Amino acid sequence: MTDLASLTATEIASELDRGSLSSVELTRSLLTRAESKRGLNAFLDLYSDVALASAEEADKRRRAGERGPLLGVPVAIKDVILVKGTKTTCGSRMLANFLSPYDATVVSKLRKSGAVLFGKTNMDEFAMGSSTENSAFGPVQNPWNKAYVPGGSSGGSAAAVSARIAPLALGSDTGGSIRQPASFTGIVGMKPTYGRTSRYGLVAYASSLDQIGPFARSVKDCAHLLETISGFDPSDSTSMDVPVPSWSEELTQGIKGLRIGVPKQYFIEGLHPEVEQAVRAALQWYEGQGASLVEVDLPHTEAALSTYYILAPAEASSNLARFDGVRYGHRAAEPTDLIDLYCRSRSEGFGTEVKRRIMIGTYVLSSGYYDAFYLRAQKVRALIKNDFDKVFSSQCDLLACPTAPTPAFRIGEKVDDPLTMYLSDVFTITVNLAGLPGLSLPCGFSSSQLPIGLQLIGKPWDEGTLLRAAYAYEQQHDWHTRVPQ
Amino acid sequence: MISDNDVAKIASLARLTLTPEESSRYAAELSRILEYVQQLDSYSVEGVEPLSHVHGASNVFREDTPTPSLPFEGEVSTNAPDKSGRFFRVPLIIE
Repeated sequence: MTDLASLTATEIASELDRGSLSSVELTRSLLTRAESKRGLNAFLDLYSDVALASAEEADKRRRAGERGPLLGVPVAIKDVILVKGTKTTCGSRMLANFLSPYDATVVSKLRKSGAVLFGKTNMDEFAMGSSTENSAFGPVQNPWNKAYVPGGSSGGSAAAVSARIAPLALGSDTGGSIRQPASFTGIVGMKPTYGRTSRYGLVAYASSLDQIGPFARSVKDCAHLLETISGFDPSDSTSMDVPVPSWSEELTQGIKGLRIGVPKQYFIEGLHPEVEQAVRAALQWYEGQGASLVEVDLPHTEAALSTYYILAPAEASSNLARFDGVRYGHRAAEPTDLIDLYCRSRSEGFGTEVKRRIMIGTYVLSSGYYDAFYLRAQKVRALIKNDFDKVFSSQCDLLACPTAPTPAFRIGEKVDDPLTMYLSDVFTITVNLAGLPGLSLPCGFSSSQLPIGLQLIGKPWDEGTLLRAAYAYEQQHDWHTRVPQ
Repeated sequence: MISDNDVAKIASLARLTLTPEESSRYAAELSRILEYVQQLDSYSVEGVEPLSHVHGASNVFREDTPTPSLPFEGEVSTNAPDKSGRFFRVPLIIE
């Protein structure tokens, strides 16, 4: 076997089944690769010895006859998800030395499946950002071009999978933080329906929007990882008790007769012409395969960015109030009193974007502004959700559109202009506001060789249709097999 | 729209200490961002119920069965910036 790094999780599992590869051999090879790709800055922590030990354990389980799609397969974890006994920094100075006191539920599920926890990936501080430039530990490079961002906030996970360091990774998606980096790095990324995966052990950013989801290099791998981490969890009362289908076994049902809604508000001025071209070509392909295209109207789309940048900072300002320098996290030296301890610990611990969002959130929740900003945004959120309910109830089975308005942008290009940075999430945040599943898959490249993503959006709990449609496309295109040099 | 005074008030509510440079930067940025999000005023929300949970779930009940807490020694206290025995140590609060 010459190129272990390029194997998908499904291929790895079948090699392990045949006995032609061991998880230890694979894990060792990928750890070496991770070391040689340090320059990407995709990882904040590599589990090295611990990963090799669990690889050995997985090999033992296989030898004893156990089988499973993730048994012995390395998975990288965004550094906002707790792995007991290891550091979870959230890309922040605030938590630079924080040791996870317990396992997140998704991590417990991964352990049970026999997946090899590979390491923790770099991210925008507390998942706030669209480029992974907001990490206290330095920006992540896009494997396709080191001068470009990998997207964010889960940029480290996306870069790790795209650069063939790990076959699979977990991210979190509050306004596009899985799908946008998947699009920028040419891989598959999925945000499940709100409530599909447990948030227990995910450090909270905006609790009504956050979901954990998979990154993969194939749709089938994505389905396997999603199946493994999904399901109701008594420890997260916002997770829902809904059956988890065997998506990976339902991929081949085809797309004939599917009605694909094309929202006209997602093909707007400012959409990069090469992105539009690639997405339109994908739509045509679907039509040629027997799906029908229906133009649909989502009239409140334009309100989504404003709604998000009121609600998410509001929830963040509340969630991040827990960082007080008392029980965990950074504490300022020699505080004069308790207020001084709070203020200086927080100001020293948090970075620029986190402080900016805490300030916005505090403002829109403050007395005199609550009704005008927060309450109004919650009402507009209902209107945005109604738009989707309406088209899904009668006009289409899923929606298709660009994941992001442009391919990846240059490192440094947007750091001084928060509003322009926020605009790169304009097509993904509606999906979080409405709680729907969304998937990004590679559908082309720009003339400067940067990946372009197609976003599929589904009805609540209907991840199956998205995976099936993505799988059909992937079977007849080779974008996902291209490797960054 | 957002004055230096407003910024100082918000920062104090958020328990943040800002440098003068940060204050003027945030005053300008918050003004732009808040001006942008005021586009929501152009949508009619008359009679619309605010949405806080997408699936309409409200309270979720369970049996009130005690389960063990994380032990202070070990998992919990290991992250404490300052502690004394079984307690987190903070500056003097009551004279």
